[in-house]
Amino acid sequence: MKNIAEKLTNEEYEKNFAELHPPLTQNSAATEANRCLYCYDSPCMKACPTHIDISSFIKKIATGNLLGSAKTIFKSNWVPLTCARACPVQVLCEGACVFVEKGEKPIEIGRLQRFAIESYFNSYKPQLFSKEKSNGKNVGIIGSGPSGLACAAELSLLGYDVTVYEANKIPGGLNTWGIAPYKLRQADSLKEVEFIKSFGVKFKMNTKVGEDISFNDLYKKHDAIFIGIGLGEATRLRIPGEDLTGVVDALDFIEDVKNEKWDKVSVGKRVAVIGAGNTSIDAVTEAKRLGAEQVYVIYRRGTDDMSAYDFEYELAKSDEVIFYFKTMPKKITGDNFVEGIECVKVKLGEKNEKGKRETKVIPNSEFILPVDMVIKAVGQNISNNFINDIYEIKIERGKVVVDEDTFQTGNKKIFAGGDCINGGKEVVNAAYDGKMAAHGIDKYLNSNKKSAIIR
Amino acid sequence: MADLSTNCGGIKSPNPFWLASAPPSNSAYQNCKAFEQGWGGTVWKTIGEPVMNVCNRYGGLDVNGLKLAGLNNIELISDRPIERNFKEIAEIKKLWPDKAVIVSLMVESKKEAWHDIVKRTIDTGCDGIELNYGCPHGMSERGMGAAVGQVPEYCQMITEWVTEVSTIPVLVKLTPNVTDIVYPARAAKKAKAHGVSLINTINSIIGVNLDTLEILPSVAGKGSHGGYAGPAVKPIALHLVSQVARDKEVCLPISGIGGINNWKDALEFILLGASSVQVCTAVMHHGFRIVEDMIEGLSNWMDAKGYKTLDEVIGKSLHRIDDFGNFNLLHKTVARIDQEKCIHCNLCYIACDDGAHQCIDLTPVNGHNKTVVREEDCVGCDLCSIVCPVEGCINMVRLDDGKEQKTWNELVQQFKNDDKELSWENLAEFQKKHGIVIH
Repeated sequence: MKNIAEKLTNEEYEKNFAELHPPLTQNSAATEANRCLYCYDSPCMKACPTHIDISSFIKKIATGNLLGSAKTIFKSNWVPLTCARACPVQVLCEGACVFVEKGEKPIEIGRLQRFAIESYFNSYKPQLFSKEKSNGKNVGIIGSGPSGLACAAELSLLGYDVTVYEANKIPGGLNTWGIAPYKLRQADSLKEVEFIKSFGVKFKMNTKVGEDISFNDLYKKHDAIFIGIGLGEATRLRIPGEDLTGVVDALDFIEDVKNEKWDKVSVGKRVAVIGAGNTSIDAVTEAKRLGAEQVYVIYRRGTDDMSAYDFEYELAKSDEVIFYFKTMPKKITGDNFVEGIECVKVKLGEKNEKGKRETKVIPNSEFILPVDMVIKAVGQNISNNFINDIYEIKIERGKVVVDEDTFQTGNKKIFAGGDCINGGKEVVNAAYDGKMAAHGIDKYLNSNKKSAIIR
Repeated sequence: MADLSTNCGGIKSPNPFWLASAPPSNSAYQNCKAFEQGWGGTVWKTIGEPVMNVCNRYGGLDVNGLKLAGLNNIELISDRPIERNFKEIAEIKKLWPDKAVIVSLMVESKKEAWHDIVKRTIDTGCDGIELNYGCPHGMSERGMGAAVGQVPEYCQMITEWVTEVSTIPVLVKLTPNVTDIVYPARAAKKAKAHGVSLINTINSIIGVNLDTLEILPSVAGKGSHGGYAGPAVKPIALHLVSQVARDKEVCLPISGIGGINNWKDALEFILLGASSVQVCTAVMHHGFRIVEDMIEGLSNWMDAKGYKTLDEVIGKSLHRIDDFGNFNLLHKTVARIDQEKCIHCNLCYIACDDGAHQCIDLTPVNGHNKTVVREEDCVGCDLCSIVCPVEGCINMVRLDDGKEQKTWNELVQQFKNDDKELSWENLAEFQKKHGIVIH
């Protein structure tokens, strides 16, 4: 990089990456829990993609039944600590809280969930769930992200022998590698992995399917396969200069930051992030927190069109991020290193059939923004991995097609969930997919069973 | 501004708010501070027999995070030397001539002992005496307090010992730990007491420590019943006050006590016949300063309602207390839910479905549940409206025009006149005639 941002002191890094929402104390959790109305068939539960029985787990915090509270949460969601901290609660459970309709502050469901789960992880961790007797069948799970973990946990308790294959050296997928450190640290994601491991789930690390082990081997070895591999490579910008030194993929950058060795992460003095989704907000605020002096977001449409949540946008603004809306990158300039990004202003037209507004370049509106680093955050795609070679699996618009109830793919033995089937949603959606896929698998492998136990 | 001054059994005070005989009225320092902040009177913490206290003395009842919904105590009467109390009482009365200073007394059940302490009490210049026949713990085991209050004959005898020598008004404080509070109240009347104060605390065990399994409050591992007070006892106290107020034989001024937390609580006691009220737990929780709001609130309410003196308000709701047999069976109300105000918590639904008469339907509409009352099935019990967290969202709507009237007593009489049996069949016929459907 031409101009690297100056390193900060350890204190400054810690301050910059300190958690946004501190944990509740025992007292404040009880107070907040008592404020909950204990709604029946509550709107918050319906708004949660995993349908956690929120009013019940909160009631249990209020009565001091913390073990029961954690159990209520785990029954619906195997990665609740991550969800408690990474979920966009404003648009999910807390957004649906009846207090919002009443014109009052919603219950802090996310923080209460974190309190319940941390209370369990910090306790002597008595066994919460009993496993069914081994049924002699085994399932291979590809990917240890939230959908894989959820699927593994659920299947393991149903009596299956479960092996998770993970390409990375540390498990957890995006829970471990993709969430901004001021929301969740690696260690917290790993607590959930350890918890699921304690059910007897086996993890094979550094094992990339298609490279370290062939898919065919797995297919032969296991009675069923669950694929939870997320998305693949970052979508290319397809503009000149994309391969200059200083152009990076947002997820690579974020993963780098997640190592929590902040002084080892190179960040430019001036950084432009392309795209205005939640990943780009993470990347741009992290760049700022690493010491970048000027940070920009370049997005070709307007504020109303961006997929970043309002609270993420607000966070970026409070980090002094400068947003270039209705601006399209045309070329990344520089010889070997990034020196700038040439942009052009666009005019927005009517919405097309996909609900996106048409863009029209405004002639002679080109300008060059001098930057040292360009972070690409315009999405990912599923190309270039083994899944494309499985001919029965249908991929439409970059998403693996599955049955919406069983999560079965075109191959009866193969199931899938998470980002690879939804194109990139929240952790909580993946957690739901994995759990439901486990029941799909159980139905497939154990069709004689009277009824699948759904806890 | 309304005139809040009152006269309770000959004891006058600038407002009806008195400190109850309890820890807040223990010393000159406290009573002086209370008077400075506006309290109209004080009942000095009971003096009398030598005692020693223990610790811990209190246990609190928290309800869903609300602190001190109830408070129990095993504290005894004043443990300060009696001479010091007399000296301080005299000083306070001198400093605050227009406030009511009442002294609560308790000595062993001997005529001489009572004569002696009454005379010495009068010498302080105080305005009245309150006889502590209520204390349910510690003293009752020694034949005092509730041990007296629970036996109308003792109550009468000892009160007579007091009234025969007293030159100042005497209030008898009644214990609620009896089957019928009217009997000790009548005994007080017979013994020429000038008024009664009620209720004293209720026998209680506040709880068990789930870690140590000890009874609370724990005195080095041991526990005992104590006296229960605070907001949770108010409904019991209101009922007992009204019973005494309505009794044709008692006819004594009443100082109302029991869970009074604010002016509204106080006003309820006054409307049911109290001419003064006494407060303890609320002061123990929040301090003497609460009296400012009590005075203001009561005064503003009286102004808004057009009452000029407290006398116009005292007992104003008593005539509305009646026997169940005189209620109109044809009075019909149903719950109506204001869909505009509904926040979809569904608490009305689950309360009605599990706890009442299954007459609210949940219908999914636009991702929410719409709660609708089936009016033809609604029995008008009011449960849904009292569980609803939104003010004014569920209202009980009157359906009858009030023209038709039939009470249970009238119905029974009518059956008698018609030579009909009081049977389910005949009742069903009456219900059918009036469109009353029982599920």
